Amino acid sequence: MEPRTSAEVGGMGHSLKRKEDPRFIRGKGTYVDDVQLPGMLYLDIVRSPHAHAKIVKIDSSKALAVPGVLAVITGQDLAKYNLHWMPTLMSDTQMVLPVEKVMYQAQEVAAVLATSRYAAADGAAVVEVEYDPLPVVVDPHKALEPGAPVLRTDKKDKKDNHIWHWEWGDRAATDRAIAEADVTVKQDIYIPRIHVASIETCGCIAHFDKVNDKLTVWMTTQAPHAIRTVFALVAGHVGLAEHKIRIISPDIGGGFGGKVPVYPGYVIAVAASVLTGKPVKWIEDRMENLQADSFARDYHITAELAAKKDGTLTALRIKTLADHGYADAAANPSKFPAGLFHVCTGSYDLKAAHVEVDGAYTNKPPGGIAYRCSFRVTEAVHTIERMADLMAHQLAMDPAEFRMKNFVKPEQFPYKSALGWEYDSGNYHGALQKAMDTIGYAELRREQVDKRRRGELMGIGISSFTEIVGAGPSKHFDILGLKMFDSCEMRIHPTGKAIARFGTKSQGQGHETTYAQILAEELGIPAKDIQVEEGDTDTAPYGLGTYASRSTPVAGAAAAMAARKIRDKARKIAAHLLEVAEEDLEWEPGKFSVKGAPGKSKTIQDIAFAAYTNHPQGMEAGLEAVSYYDPPNLTYPFGSYICVVDLDSGTGEVKVRRFVAIDDCGNIINPMIVQGQVHGGLTMGLAPALYEEISYDESGNVQGGSFIDYLLPTAVETPKWETGHTVTPSPHHPLGAKGVGESATVGAPAAIANAVVDAMWHLGVRHVDIPITPAKVWKLLREHGVTE
Amino acid sequence: MRIQLSVNGEKHEADVEPRLLLVHLIREVLRLTGTHIGCDTTHCGACTILMDGRPVKSCTVFAVQANGRQLTTVEGLEQDGTLHPLQASFMSEHGLQCGYCTPGMLMTGVAFLQKNPRPSEDEIRAAISGNLCRCTGYVNIVKAVQHAAAVLQGGA
Repeated sequence: MEPRTSAEVGGMGHSLKRKEDPRFIRGKGTYVDDVQLPGMLYLDIVRSPHAHAKIVKIDSSKALAVPGVLAVITGQDLAKYNLHWMPTLMSDTQMVLPVEKVMYQAQEVAAVLATSRYAAADGAAVVEVEYDPLPVVVDPHKALEPGAPVLRTDKKDKKDNHIWHWEWGDRAATDRAIAEADVTVKQDIYIPRIHVASIETCGCIAHFDKVNDKLTVWMTTQAPHAIRTVFALVAGHVGLAEHKIRIISPDIGGGFGGKVPVYPGYVIAVAASVLTGKPVKWIEDRMENLQADSFARDYHITAELAAKKDGTLTALRIKTLADHGYADAAANPSKFPAGLFHVCTGSYDLKAAHVEVDGAYTNKPPGGIAYRCSFRVTEAVHTIERMADLMAHQLAMDPAEFRMKNFVKPEQFPYKSALGWEYDSGNYHGALQKAMDTIGYAELRREQVDKRRRGELMGIGISSFTEIVGAGPSKHFDILGLKMFDSCEMRIHPTGKAIARFGTKSQGQGHETTYAQILAEELGIPAKDIQVEEGDTDTAPYGLGTYASRSTPVAGAAAAMAARKIRDKARKIAAHLLEVAEEDLEWEPGKFSVKGAPGKSKTIQDIAFAAYTNHPQGMEAGLEAVSYYDPPNLTYPFGSYICVVDLDSGTGEVKVRRFVAIDDCGNIINPMIVQGQVHGGLTMGLAPALYEEISYDESGNVQGGSFIDYLLPTAVETPKWETGHTVTPSPHHPLGAKGVGESATVGAPAAIANAVVDAMWHLGVRHVDIPITPAKVWKLLREHGVTE
Repeated sequence: MRIQLSVNGEKHEADVEPRLLLVHLIREVLRLTGTHIGCDTTHCGACTILMDGRPVKSCTVFAVQANGRQLTTVEGLEQDGTLHPLQASFMSEHGLQCGYCTPGMLMTGVAFLQKNPRPSEDEIRAAISGNLCRCTGYVNIVKAVQHAAAVLQGGA
């Protein structure tokens, strides 16, 4: 799309340099740990070495003797205020600090309050806790077996570890279609527990001002307004009212979903500040971050896909066991316990589908949140894309040809999926064709044939994903009852410069730039003249925050709508100034002109000045608007990725040789930022595909709890991503945009896994679970007769 | 223990506990908060600074080990209101998103370009492999280093 505005204005389609960058490249950002208040106290947390144990005794005497230590806070202390448990976003409960027992290794047991970071750590090291170990349940399958130890003994009448059962779709029609199919494939797929591992960990500074009864919390949160309301609802009984709570979400060093939940550390810091009247800082370290904060994924999936002999897909059936740890602390919209997993029919025109998910408690940290994806969409995409490849290979069809045959066709949009979603727009054939042309697909297949003759292992993997983002329409989407709209409030100053505030919160996505560009597009005010602010609940309009790629689809739309309200008023002022009727005016970005007399015009800056100096009689002064945007539908970004891998048959190493990503996120606001989002998303797709996993041994000891064994890709492992796009606007979004932050994380793992299996299909390999480590590949190769 | 050191050309004296980490001296005593902390195990590189011109991870150096040394942090890169070419390149090439790893990346990159003014892409990738970034996928960080190399050579 050619930009409609000049480079000077910098509206949609311009690769504007980011407004955030001047402070970040100078080290002048303000992240939570950079805030230092006079008289600030520090919190350090004592954590459990056991995965499941009764707490017999907590002895704080040695800790209290450490110079600088002021207090040791235990569950008993919080129980006096009924703050030892807290609700999760999924209407479950989790402990802030335990009174009776611990439920996972690294769970918070007590907190030490001290005058310095070091004194707090010294104190935490000498809090003596006596435990009585209990049987540990690690495997969610075993958790649901009769006779398994019941973990949630806090819940009266709870007799097992089953959390909920959820199903969707037409079971009978699906069973029938699968029974009648010419060909079926069935596969167990495990999508392991992973962690977002943003480079900044989580933390806060809670400051309760006893004079004004006001609590200010600087915290690493992606959803400051929702947090404020949750605090008011949970702690209302101890005197915290919503107008006396201010949440400030400063610069955030990456979120990816991990900074949506409320963690116990935040609550303890708030309680400590309210009790002492002093600012209290809690900053978790990396091991606490990986071992105790919400995990993502952990889905044990069994999928069956059915097709006719000619390759036409007919039905999909999925059963899944979701390991939630000891509490369901997912961050899904309330009505969706398995998130939007039922977008699992993907890009294919399937007539029948049925999906069921059961949640189970285990002795692991509570979760699960998204890892840079919209509520279980990666799990859905990985499943359908692995299954599509399995079916194609089973039918001896080329995986690209197979996909082209089964894609929803462009003329079928808006398309109602078998599981009830209405896809807004798409051109799946176009994206895949472009990816194939870019990478030289036919030539690669020929190369693969040659290599196989020579015994070399090369694979080509495709992933043609459809996402579902921008939650969401208030009819179906809420979090704890709060509808999932989002907001923009814009005020234009007399000199034509402006400020705009939003209910979302950037964590690196570049909202200060992107939102300014949307407003520039709509009003013709240069983006550089528009200051964008987010993350302060005392000043920003209410919104549900930034996650699930919802900022552009929801708050970006609110920006457009607020700007259009301002334009409506500006038209009236322009008519007054030019002494013509409103109908006689025409708009082009930045000015109203009299039709047929282009010389007679007023710029938006002229109009802004008049709004404060010469506004029409009977009209209120000023030029501002607020919009709370309730999206009519979700948006459905899509894309096709093709990955080429070479396997080292000696070591089992997977080398990603090339990776082409064609994304379609509708109309693009800032091409540079969109490409950057795709680069980052691809790398967070590569990571779980090849490297990242948090697992547990049978005693519940965490493996992968530090950067020593939780492997983030470095610049050396990360391929040189090749990106491109097609543009299929969303028909219902005011800008035709769809959101892009997570597409690549959602789409990439399946392309890599499909490529690895493709490299070994002729040997008889049918599947490998991610992360595809050298050890797994080496073992598979040995099992299938490859000896070197 | 009393220590003396120079940070970004300015002399400082401090009385520190022997166990105080250099990163905490820089951030909490000298209040230069551009140097960040991202892990406990010397993997992420967010705390990278230059000590006598060499990049070190300041979470793994004691403050007392910096006694008598010359340190440069991200705040010292801009000279007389002019950005270091690598800072300008990070902005022009979109080499940063959340900005948290950026100071460490910049310090590693600045030291690397002094040692290797005409690096290959593979050399750049190896040089920054001790600095983790979760946002950018490294592509544009590599481009920013290449761009800065060209500028420093007078080529762009």
